[in-house]
Amino acid sequence: MIMEHQVGRENRLVIAHMYFATIALMVGASFGLLQALSRAQWAAAPAWFDYYRMLTAHGVLNAIVFTTFFICGLATLLTYRAIPRERSLWIGWLAFWVMAISSIMAALSILRGNATVLYTFYAPLKASPWFYIGTTLLVVGTWIVMIDLIQNALWFWRNHPGERLPLVVHGSLTTFVMWFIATIGVAIEMLVFLIPWSLGLVPKVNVMFTRVLFWYFGHPLVYFWIMGAYLIWYNLVPRFYGGKVFSDALTRLAFILLLLLSTPVGLHHQFMEPGISPGWKWLHTMTTFGVVIPSILTAFAIFASFELAAQRAGVKGFAATIAWLPWKNPAFTGPALGMILFIFGGLGGVINASYAMDTIVHNTMWIVGHFHVTVGGPVALSFLGAAYWIIPRLTGRRLWAPNLALAQTYTWFVGMAIMSTAMHWAGILGSPRRTDNVTYLGAAAASSWMPQMHWAAIGGTILFMSILMFVAVAIGTLFTPKTQMDPILPAPVEDEALATPAVLDRIGTWAVVAIVLAVLAYAGPIHELLTMHTYGAAGMRTW
Amino acid sequence: MTAGVITLIVFLCILGVAALHDNIVPPSHLQTIDPAQVSQTPPFDKPGLRKTGPKQYEAYLVAHIFAFTPESITVPAGSTVTFYATSPDVVHGFFIAGTAINMMVVPGWVSDDSHTFTKSGTYLLLCNEYCGSGHHFMYGKIVVQ
Ligand code: HEM
Ligand SMILES: [Cu+2]
Ligand SMILES: [Cu+2]
Repeated sequence: MIMEHQVGRENRLVIAHMYFATIALMVGASFGLLQALSRAQWAAAPAWFDYYRMLTAHGVLNAIVFTTFFICGLATLLTYRAIPRERSLWIGWLAFWVMAISSIMAALSILRGNATVLYTFYAPLKASPWFYIGTTLLVVGTWIVMIDLIQNALWFWRNHPGERLPLVVHGSLTTFVMWFIATIGVAIEMLVFLIPWSLGLVPKVNVMFTRVLFWYFGHPLVYFWIMGAYLIWYNLVPRFYGGKVFSDALTRLAFILLLLLSTPVGLHHQFMEPGISPGWKWLHTMTTFGVVIPSILTAFAIFASFELAAQRAGVKGFAATIAWLPWKNPAFTGPALGMILFIFGGLGGVINASYAMDTIVHNTMWIVGHFHVTVGGPVALSFLGAAYWIIPRLTGRRLWAPNLALAQTYTWFVGMAIMSTAMHWAGILGSPRRTDNVTYLGAAAASSWMPQMHWAAIGGTILFMSILMFVAVAIGTLFTPKTQMDPILPAPVEDEALATPAVLDRIGTWAVVAIVLAVLAYAGPIHELLTMHTYGAAGMRTW
Repeated sequence: MTAGVITLIVFLCILGVAALHDNIVPPSHLQTIDPAQVSQTPPFDKPGLRKTGPKQYEAYLVAHIFAFTPESITVPAGSTVTFYATSPDVVHGFFIAGTAINMMVVPGWVSDDSHTFTKSGTYLLLCNEYCGSGHHFMYGKIVVQ
């Protein structure tokens, strides 16, 4: 039995991650609200703090800092609990502080107006070196988290010969290995191109090359978020209705497939760009459809788990099963409402990936609607829901105002549904994304999308209130009386007829396969760019 | 589950058909240009419209902070226009609302795509990639008579 103080020390590390994530979400979302209001012409960004500075802060804080801190905390927590032992936490804290300091570094350079380059930092827009160094160190911090997970897995294999790696450790580690392979792209972009260039050591930059490296990372970034949500959907959610993980083998298979298929797809973000032959774009379209498979497996596993648990409780039929689920437990409603939003997110994604349709929606508000209904909806809402279960078990205090927490999950769902529907619609009408309020001198097209911008602002306001509710509950839960809480354990797994194939645990081997696939998918376009006669571009500060 | 599989199959079919249909190829021009020399490099030294045949045009536009040059183009209804665009500074977007012309303009490369304007009217040309503090003032128009 491991000592209680060990668990307490581990809990403090995870609390630090979760509250840092909460602060990033809160600050980032206030900018989101201001953007939504200014695009509806209900408020204007003050001259000293322009729209694009807010948009950069919103993208970086919400999509990068909030998600990364939450996922690092979650993977660490699940791994530590599945492998209880006396362990040193210096590596965990090292990762936390590297990530925290580097995020603050990047955030300050954005807020001071020295990095208004949006979270995609497309060259030759040239930000302050602090921004590039900060974001690079944030990535390095996540690599330290991965090393910690690897160490724990190795310890487990050494001390439990012949046993299967616990399911949550398998999922967490696979997620971070995928992330590592993906972030190599952005690390090269930063270290070889952008940092030397922003420091003035190199005069020019090959713009297309940096874009290909960015999107090599940019798409798997999305899957990093989604794998974080899947960790919750597979392993925690069944707890909330007394169910079990549907299948050990299927869960491991889904994570391994995500590891393999997340990277060789990035060019689907570059359909509309010169410098890349249509053949390569086509290849990446095909692989993009492959990534749908693990998501379909997941949808299937979730429903199967619902159904088996309901049957054990004597409930039969689809509608009765759905009604039987705990719709009054915020830890359940968060992820479950997120899953509903994900159905729309998935359909929209398949549309974006076909380039005939992408010509209509590329860089319009449709895309903004799409990622709010994927990362902003399913992922963020699953994280918040899970936090309602995790945080009280970390602090040893009961959840403050559970009804407020419940209301938070529903208001988020409603706000997100309104905001993203309006954004999708505005996008079809041609409204560009990443654009301050403008009427284009009263052009007819611009007035056609204005009503949708009003709806987006209404949805955005509801969403912002929802975030305030979450923050209130998160703070309140630091002050409720101490109580005895049940431990943080993932849901048990259904008994299975077939044993999980051992090969699914060979994460190292799969990582090699994933790298080979990435190389196959990128060797062509990169060779093409390297052999083309190209010209560099000088950096510019256009804000 | 079934719904998911069906959607997937439907989209794969649409895509397969789209790909075989030779009109639907994304803008993927491989021509490069020195961004520092755009104003001296033909044909971008004299941006504008060229007639290449009956109802056939080529339009050369420079996308720069924070405008398109030329800012306006006029063609008769029924014309097919091939747009060529490049940038001397940062990345811009080239989007004509209400059409499928939607391309990224990347310094160092030339982007191209064509469209047949069947309906007359004034089409809004706008930059849909963030390019700096004046990004939202970057637009032009295509007048179809
Ligand atoms: C109060 C809640 C939120 C509101 C009102 C909101 C609103 C907005 C608006 C209006 C834009 C885009 C504007 C434009 O393109 O001009 C935007 C962009 C974005 N949002 Fe949100 N958002 C919220 C929460 C979130 C969350 C939770 C996430 C992710 C976890 C997120 C991720 C993003 C990203 C990645 C962008 C794109 C930034 C870019 O184009 O550079 N948002 N948001
Ligand atoms: Cu993608
Ligand atoms: Cu622009």
